[in-house]
Amino acid sequence: MIHFDNVTKRYAEGYEGLSNVSFHIKPGEMVFLTGHSGAGKSTLLKLIGLLERSTRGQVRVAGRNLTRLKKREIPYHRRDVGMIFQDHRLLHELTVFDNVAMPLVVAGIGHLETGRRVRAALDKVGLLHKERAYPITLSGGEQQRVGIARAVVSKPPVVLADEPTGNLDPALSREIMSLFEQFNQVGVTLLIATHDIELISRMNHRIMTLKQSRLVEDSAG
Amino acid sequence: MARNTHRKNRAASQLSTRNYNPAIWLIRHLQVAISSLGRLSRAPFSTLMTTAVIGIALALPAGLHLLVGNLQALSGSWDGAASISLFLEQKVERDQADLLIDQLEKQAGITEVRLISREQALNEFKLLSGFNDALEALEENPLPNVIVVVPDEAHSEPAEAERLVTEIEKLNGVDYAQLDLQWVRRFHGITEIAKRGVLVLGALLGLAVLLIVGNTIRLEIQNRHAEIEITKLIGATNAFIRRPFLYSGLWYGFFGGIIAWVMIVLSLWLLAGPVSQLAGLYNSDFDLSGLNLLTIAGLLCGSAFLGLLGSWIAVGRHLSEIEPT
Repeated sequence: MIHFDNVTKRYAEGYEGLSNVSFHIKPGEMVFLTGHSGAGKSTLLKLIGLLERSTRGQVRVAGRNLTRLKKREIPYHRRDVGMIFQDHRLLHELTVFDNVAMPLVVAGIGHLETGRRVRAALDKVGLLHKERAYPITLSGGEQQRVGIARAVVSKPPVVLADEPTGNLDPALSREIMSLFEQFNQVGVTLLIATHDIELISRMNHRIMTLKQSRLVEDSAG
Repeated sequence: MARNTHRKNRAASQLSTRNYNPAIWLIRHLQVAISSLGRLSRAPFSTLMTTAVIGIALALPAGLHLLVGNLQALSGSWDGAASISLFLEQKVERDQADLLIDQLEKQAGITEVRLISREQALNEFKLLSGFNDALEALEENPLPNVIVVVPDEAHSEPAEAERLVTEIEKLNGVDYAQLDLQWVRRFHGITEIAKRGVLVLGALLGLAVLLIVGNTIRLEIQNRHAEIEITKLIGATNAFIRRPFLYSGLWYGFFGGIIAWVMIVLSLWLLAGPVSQLAGLYNSDFDLSGLNLLTIAGLLCGSAFLGLLGSWIAVGRHLSEIEPT
C-alpha cells in the first residue's frame, strides 16, 4: 500500500529530512513510526500526503506513483489519504458535523449520503451527541476524535496520524490508539507517527524507527 | 494473504478520481452562491463600504453617459429644425419680400417660409439686448428684412441643406443666406468629445473597480489562509477553493451596480426640476430621460462581471501561494 524506494528528501538549505529510506507497508497493516523530534517522522508523512515531494527515489501510495503525479491530480490523491494532526486542524467557525462532512463535500458526495456517513463516523468516535457543537467548546481529546472522524469519513484506504496523542494524557491516548485498532480491523492501512514508545511497545504492531533521517529499525510487532 | 490481495484490489479500484455529477455540481454552485452571500451579510459594514466605493466608481461614468445621451437627444431634436436665414438687401422693401416668399413657397424641398420684418427684428432686438436707448438714437433701422426658410426633412441633411442655400442665395434681392446648422454641428462635435471622455473615464473607473474587488478578495484570502490550507489537505481541488471567492467578487460587483443605479436615479430626480425649468425658459418641453431597462441590465451585468473578473485575478495570483505544510 505504501512503498518507499531509496527515498531522499533534501531541503533547499541543504539539510536532509530523509536519507535513502526504503520500506513497504502492506494493505491492512498498522505501523508505528517513531524517533526523536527532527528524526524525519513528519517529513516521511508529508511525502505520503504529497505536502512535499521527494528529492530522489520513488514513493508509491495506493497504486499511485507520487513521483510522477501531476499537480492537478494531488487533490484526488489526498482524498485517498486521511490525515490526522497533533493540532487537529479543525475549522473553528464550522460545527463538528460540518467539519467531519468536509471531505465528503469536497468530493461532491450527495447530501443524504453525507449526513449518513458523517453520523456513522461521529458515532464511531463517540461524539454523535456533539454534532452541533463547535470545536472550541470541546476538550482536546474530543477535538482529536473529531479530527479522526474527519480523516476516516470518506473511507480512505490509507490513514496517517502525526503525533495524534501528543497533547493527551495516557488514558485518553490509549483510547485513541484503540480507536485506530478498530479502524485497522476493518481493513484501513494506518501509519502513526509517535514518540510515546511506552504506549506502543505494549501494542502488538510493527514499529519503524527513524534516527537522523535514516530508517534504523523496522521490527514486526 | 488472500484477504490482503482482495483488499488491495478493492483499494486500487476505488481510488478517487475526478467525478462529474451535473446535478450535484449545480447544487454546490447554488450553495456556494448563497453561502458567500451569507458571509458578506455577516460583515455588513465592510461589505457596504466596498460596494459603496464600487457604486460610486460606476455611477460616475454611467451617469455621465446618461447626461451625454440626453444632450445628444436634445441636439438631435434641433437637427430636424435646421433653418436657413435669408438676409435681404437693405433696399428690398416689404412688398418685394412678399413676392420672394411666394416664389420660395413654390420651390421644392421647403416646408415653411416665414418673414421677420425689419421692424419686428428691431423690436425683438430692443427687448432682448437691453440696448434700448442706443437703438432709439438711430435715425433709421439698420436691420434688413429676413426670410426664414425651413427645409423639409430630405433637405435638412447638412449636404442637401448646403445645396439649397447656394440655390436660394442666387435669388434677386437676397444679400446672403445663412444656414443655422453651424452651431448644431459644433454642439455635435462637443458631445462627441464628451462621449469619448466618458468612455475613457469609464475605462479608468472600471479598472478601479477591478482593483477594489481584487484587493478585497486578496484580504479575504489572507484572512482565510488556515481554512484554505485545511481544505487543500483534505483533497479540495483549486476550483472548489476558488468558487466562494469568485462568488464573493460577483456579489460585490452586482451590489455595487445596484448602488450605482440608485445613485443615478437619485441624481436624476434632483436634476429633473431645474432642468425642466431651464427648458421652459427656452420654450422647450425637454425632459431628462432616465435609465431604460436595457441600460440597467447592462449596468448590473457589467458590474457583476467586473467583480467576477477582479476576484478571478486576485484568486489566480494569491491562491496558488497557499500550500499546506
